[in-house]
Amino acid sequence: MFDYFLQQLIFALAIGAIYGLIALGYTMVYGVMRLINFAHGEFFMLGPYIYTFLFSGLVGLGGLAPVLDSAIAIVASFVIVGLLGVAIERFAYRPLRAYGRLAPMLSALGMSIVLQSAVRVTVGPQPVHFPAIVPSTPIDALGGMVTTVQLGILAAGVLLMVGLTLFVNGTRLGIWIRAASESWTTSSLLGIRVNRAVSLVFFIGPGLGAMAGIMYASYYGIMQPTMGSVIGLKAFTAAILGGIGSIPGAMLGGFLLGAIEVFGTAFLPILSFGYIGTEYRDVFAFAVLILVLLFKPAGLLGETVSEETTVAKKDY
Amino acid sequence: MGNSVIARRLGLLAVLALCVVLLVLVPYLPSYYVRVVDSILIYIILAVGLNLVVGYAGLLDLGFIAFYAVGAYAYALLASGQFDIHLPFIVVLFIGAAAGAIAGVLLGFPVLKLRGDYLAIVTLSFGEIIRIAINNADELTNGPQGIAGLDRANLFGLPLTSPVHFYWLLLVLTVIVCAGVYYMERSILGKAWRALREDQDVVRGLGINTTTLKLLAFALSAAIGGAGGVIFGSFQRFVSPESFTFQESLLVVLIIIIGGVGNIVGVIAGAVVLVILPEVLHFAAQYRLLIYGVVLVTVIVLRPGGLVSPRFNLGFIIRKVRTLWLSPSKT
Repeated sequence: MFDYFLQQLIFALAIGAIYGLIALGYTMVYGVMRLINFAHGEFFMLGPYIYTFLFSGLVGLGGLAPVLDSAIAIVASFVIVGLLGVAIERFAYRPLRAYGRLAPMLSALGMSIVLQSAVRVTVGPQPVHFPAIVPSTPIDALGGMVTTVQLGILAAGVLLMVGLTLFVNGTRLGIWIRAASESWTTSSLLGIRVNRAVSLVFFIGPGLGAMAGIMYASYYGIMQPTMGSVIGLKAFTAAILGGIGSIPGAMLGGFLLGAIEVFGTAFLPILSFGYIGTEYRDVFAFAVLILVLLFKPAGLLGETVSEETTVAKKDY
Repeated sequence: MGNSVIARRLGLLAVLALCVVLLVLVPYLPSYYVRVVDSILIYIILAVGLNLVVGYAGLLDLGFIAFYAVGAYAYALLASGQFDIHLPFIVVLFIGAAAGAIAGVLLGFPVLKLRGDYLAIVTLSFGEIIRIAINNADELTNGPQGIAGLDRANLFGLPLTSPVHFYWLLLVLTVIVCAGVYYMERSILGKAWRALREDQDVVRGLGINTTTLKLLAFALSAAIGGAGGVIFGSFQRFVSPESFTFQESLLVVLIIIIGGVGNIVGVIAGAVVLVILPEVLHFAAQYRLLIYGVVLVTVIVLRPGGLVSPRFNLGFIIRKVRTLWLSPSKT
């Protein structure tokens, strides 16, 4: 029983790290713009595709050591997807700022269709093999079987999260982001270039999403143009779970959602004597979300400020 | 009465006559085009229903298609060989609307205390849960395979078999729904909803129970969604969870936004554009969705307020007809 538990725990942490990284993108964008960026799942999907393209390109050109090739391709896909995010914000969201909150949200939706179908047109709709970055060797840890890929995902995820936390809390650019999400008008009065903070957020968020995509693809060894839709939705619920707008909240939400999903699906069939099976896996995310919102609408780490300040008097 | 009045009268008459002629000519089109028009009418009904919640009450509902699914599956279970129950279409239509309304109240009751984005997300989750539940409840719904061979609809002895029959049924229902919503919009209830949209705290301060107001909007729109689902079921004679994805909910929201929020004329325009666009783009084969997305973003960025200006609504048209035709002296 214990080894089974340990195995599930590592699995939960790995998938939780992926959810957390995507949730960060949602929460940061929401923090500065109050926008649900429905296109975010597509950045997650673009990550592995761009990585594969760059990696095979590098190898085709002769390449360096395989490790170096992967590293360059990973960093480059972060930058490329990040720049794409900045461009999309500039052309599809910024012109709509004065028009309430529905218009930018639907523009994001349109962008999501554009990105997904662009990938489908260029590489075809079928799932494609994703080249392994780390060879998947099983390790025997305290009786449970853990793969190197799982550990690698967990390590990379935690590393990126720590890096982001240091960046946001310790640097000048991080102060811009925090100030802009605190109050748009006050920070622009204090001389912070809010538009730059927004661009920065739209660079980091999609970049992290792309990293999560690469991790996800190397976990399952496969990628396809529609992979971002459901994962994006679930990562968004993770962001809400942790308290939308809160950066540590998104990380916590991601890990919690991973744990709930993995343990829920692993133990529910046992507890309900096989009546409720694993096919309800996706229901967990949404059911938990509804419960959290009903009892703690600000999320777990969200600031508990009064309703009137968090939400405008007009809903939409 | 000057010449200009007569000219304007004739102009208006010509426009109205053109509309009527176009509507009457639809059944003579090839079957494929009639099906497209049927689909437009179904989406108009859905979008007008959702507009009660999004446009008038200002609550974003991203799981609207769940009510549509409830209606469609009501027809699939109560009028097919699935359990060998064969209720008449008109009975199921009311059952579907009622089931939709009940689902709306069940969802609305706990969640309507939430505001803004939280409400949007909870409705989204609800829509997904309903779809996943339908997908997995194999004994009841056949799961992903769906239920096929639904009864042919029958309206007081008149069989509804071809798209043309459905066209007339849908046209009548669309007019009824639009007229009903239009009168509701102008009633005291509609005013309360609009007040709710602008500032909930003031509405609450005036001693109005905002939760009841929201619940009413939710239930009414869900009932329209349920009825739409019953018609969809009887039209397709096949239902499966595939038809009720999150993307469908978003399509209905898009119709409202593209057309112009809170405006019935806008909703009609939005439904026409968004249903016809993919059909027109058939020539583009695999590039269809890409072009569709690009057009969507371009339209939203260029006209964020919607294609139809809020001034040009049903009330405006009715006033125009009244002043020009019935009492031209006032113009």
